[in-house]
Amino acid sequence: MPEASAAGGVMPLLSVENLTMRFGGLAAIDDLSFDVPAGRISAVIGPNGAGKTTFFNCLTGFYKSTAGSVRLNHPELGVLRLESLPSHQVARLARIVRTFQNIRLFPKMTVLENLIVAQHNVLQQASRFSLAGLFGLPSYRRAEARAVDKAVDWLRRLDLIDKADVPAGALPYGTQRRVEIARALCADPLLLCLDEPAAGLNPRESGELNELLLRLVKEERLTLLLIEHDMSVVMNVSDHICVLNYGRKIAEGTPDEIRNDPHVIKAYLGEEEEEEEEEDAAGAVQAKAIGART
Amino acid sequence: MPPLVSVGDAPTLVERGRDAAGIALIALLLGIPMIGLSTVDQSGALRVLTRWPLLGVFVAVAFCGRLLLRYALDRLKSRLRTRGRQAAAASARHGRVLTAVGWLAFALALVLPLVFADNRYVVDIATTVLIYVMLGWGLNVVVGLAGLLDLGHAAFYAVGAYAYALLATQFGWSFWAALPVAGLIAAVFGLALGWPCLRLRGDYLAIVTLGFGEIIRVVLVNWTELSGGPNGISSIPRPSFFGLPFAPSGNAPTFASSFGLEFSPMHRLIFLYYVILALSLLTNALVARLRRLPVGRAWEAMREDEIACRALGMNVTNVKLSAFALGAMLGGVAGVFFAARQGFISPESFTFNESAIILAIVVLGGMGSQLGVVLASLVLVLIPELGRDFSEYRMLLFGAAMILIMIWRPGGILAHREPTLRHAAAGGGHA
Ligand SMILES: Nc1ncnc2c1ncn2[C@@H]1O[C@H](COP(=O)(O)OP(=O)(O)OP(=O)(O)O)[C@@H](O)[C@H]1O
Ligand SMILES: [Mg+2]
Repeated sequence: MPEASAAGGVMPLLSVENLTMRFGGLAAIDDLSFDVPAGRISAVIGPNGAGKTTFFNCLTGFYKSTAGSVRLNHPELGVLRLESLPSHQVARLARIVRTFQNIRLFPKMTVLENLIVAQHNVLQQASRFSLAGLFGLPSYRRAEARAVDKAVDWLRRLDLIDKADVPAGALPYGTQRRVEIARALCADPLLLCLDEPAAGLNPRESGELNELLLRLVKEERLTLLLIEHDMSVVMNVSDHICVLNYGRKIAEGTPDEIRNDPHVIKAYLGEEEEEEEEEDAAGAVQAKAIGART
Repeated sequence: MPPLVSVGDAPTLVERGRDAAGIALIALLLGIPMIGLSTVDQSGALRVLTRWPLLGVFVAVAFCGRLLLRYALDRLKSRLRTRGRQAAAASARHGRVLTAVGWLAFALALVLPLVFADNRYVVDIATTVLIYVMLGWGLNVVVGLAGLLDLGHAAFYAVGAYAYALLATQFGWSFWAALPVAGLIAAVFGLALGWPCLRLRGDYLAIVTLGFGEIIRVVLVNWTELSGGPNGISSIPRPSFFGLPFAPSGNAPTFASSFGLEFSPMHRLIFLYYVILALSLLTNALVARLRRLPVGRAWEAMREDEIACRALGMNVTNVKLSAFALGAMLGGVAGVFFAARQGFISPESFTFNESAIILAIVVLGGMGSQLGVVLASLVLVLIPELGRDFSEYRMLLFGAAMILIMIWRPGGILAHREPTLRHAAAGGGHA
C-alpha cells in the first residue's frame, strides 16, 4: 500500500508497520500498516469487532502486540518505539493520551480532581516525594496553582466549569464524555486518541464535538486519532480515514475516497451484496453522510 | 397463579417467599448436623441427642430473617435511587458539619483522662479505642483510599510490636528511638508484601494478604530463638516520661517526685493515653495532608480506575507500593505502642481476628473517611465491652450490630467524601 500518498504528503507523527495482534487463533489485528499525519485528524472506522479498540490498546501499551512496530516521531525525543513501552510511559514519554469506549472517569472524585489527577506526573515531581507538598513549600504550591489554572482553563473551554465540584460519576453521559476529553487534554498530549467520542451523544452534542475537534487541531496543533461509528462526525472532521474489517485494513484515504470505496461499502452493508447493487449502496452511504452533515 | 410480571424490581410476595424458603432450606441442611444432632458425654460413652425443636426455631429464624433482610435491602435500593442528584449541593455543608464533629471529638479526647483521672477502666478502654483508631487510619490508606483489599494488616502491627520488643529488650533502645525505626521496618515489610501483589486485585489480593498475615504469625510462633515462640516476649520496657520513670519514689528521680506528686499507677496510664492520642493525631494530620497531595489523589484515582490512571501516565506500581508502605508503617507504629503499653506480647495478639476487626473498622466507618474510622472503632470496642453483661451472647450482639449498621448505611457510617480541592473555594465558583 502506498502510505506516503495516503497520508497526504504530511510528515507522519505515528507510523504503524505490519502490526499484528493475535488472541489465540483470532487475529484481532492482522498485518496493519498505517500512518497518522501530524496536525491532522485521522479516523479508524470499521464494523463492530473489526479490531479498532484493539488497535488503540496496542498503540497505548495496554496490549503487547504479537508482531509489527509502532513508531512515533517525537519532536524532542526523536523516534520512539512504542511497542516496547509500558502503558504509562506511552502517555508520559510519548505523550499519547487516550479515552475509552466505555468511559473511564474517576467517578467519586470531582470533575476538577479528575483533571488534576491527569497532571499527576508534573505535580508529583513538584512535590518531591511529597516532602515539598507536606510542608507546603512555595514551589509546590505554585505548581499546584498552575495545575488548577490549567484544569479550570480546559473546563471553561469545554463549557464544564459549573460542573467543576460535582463528582464525575453523577454527571449525564454526554457530559462525562466531555470530561474525559478534558482530562486527556490536561495530560498534555501530542496525539490524542479518542475511542468513539460521539457514542451516546445527541445530535446537538455531536455537532459540538465536531467543532471541538476541529478547534483542537487548529488552535492547539494537536494530532487526533479517532475511532467512530457516527458518520456525521467521521466524514465531517477527518482528513484521513483508515477502514478496518476483521483486523485487516481494507481501505484508506480521504472521506470522499472512502465513501465511494466498494470494499468499504461491502464491509458495511454485508458480503452477500451483488455487484450491481453496489451502486445503490454507495449512494445510500453517501446520502446518509450528507444527511448527517446538514 | 401469581402475576407473572413483577413491576420494576419490587419482588412479589411469592418471590420473596421462595427466596426465603431457599435460605431456610439451606439452614435446615446445615442445621441437621450442627444443631439437630448433638453428642453428650454419658459416663464415658458418647450418646447422640436430637434437638428437633431447636432446629425448627433455627430454620424459622432463618426464614423470617431472610424475608426482613430482603425487604430492608429493597427499600434501601429504591431510596438510594430516588436520592442521588441533590447530593452535590449538600456536600459542602455536610463537610463543615463533619469538621465540627471532628473537633468536638478531639476536645472530648483531650479532656477525657482528666475527668476520669481515677477511673482505670475508662482510661484503659479509651486507650484501646485509640489503638484501633490508629490501626484503622493506617489500613484506611490501603483499603479506603487506594482500594487494595488487605486482610493481613495485623502482620504489620505484629512487626512493629516485635521490632520494638526486640530493640528494647536486646539492645536497650528507648521507646522514642525505637518508634521511627520500628515504623520503617514495618514499612519495609509493607513493600515486601506489596511487591508480589502488584498484579493482583480484589479477591486475589485479599487471599495473598491473608496468607501474608498468617506467615508472619506462624514465623513468630516457630522462630523461638528470635521471638520467644508462643511464649512471646515479656518485660518489655515501658515508656518513661522523657527519662523520668513512672515508679514509686526511690533514689533516682521519678515522674511523681519531680513534679511533687503522690505516686499513682494512673500517671503512667494517663501518659500512655496521651502518647497514643498524640500519635494518632499525627497520623491523622499526615494522612489528611497526603490525601490532598498528588500521591493521595493518585491513591484514590487508582481505587476508582486503575486503567484510566495508566492511560494518563501514572506509574501505578509506585502508587500501590507507597500505599502499602505507608499503611504498614502506621500499623507498625501502633504495634510499637501496643508492645510498650502491654509490656508483654505474643503471637496470639496478632491473629487473623485482629486483621478482620481492623478491616471491619475501615469498612464500617465508611471507606476513606477518617472520622468514620473513629466512630467505628468506638462502636467495635465499646459493643463487646457493654455486652459483657450478655456474657455468651456478646459476640452475637457484636455481629448483629455490624449487620444492622451495614443495612442502615451500606457505604459505612460516614460515606461522605470531601473533595481534596474545590473550584468554588478558590474563588472561581461565583465569578
Ligand atoms: N483481550 C481480548 N481477548 C480476546 N479477544 C479479544 C480481546 N480484546 C478484543 N478481542 C477480540 O478482538 C476482536 C476485535 O475487538 P475490538 O474490541 O477491537 O473491536 P472494535 O472494532 O473496537 O469493535 P466495536 O466497534 O464494537 O467497539 C473482537 O473479536 C474481540 O472479541
Ligand atoms: Mg471498540
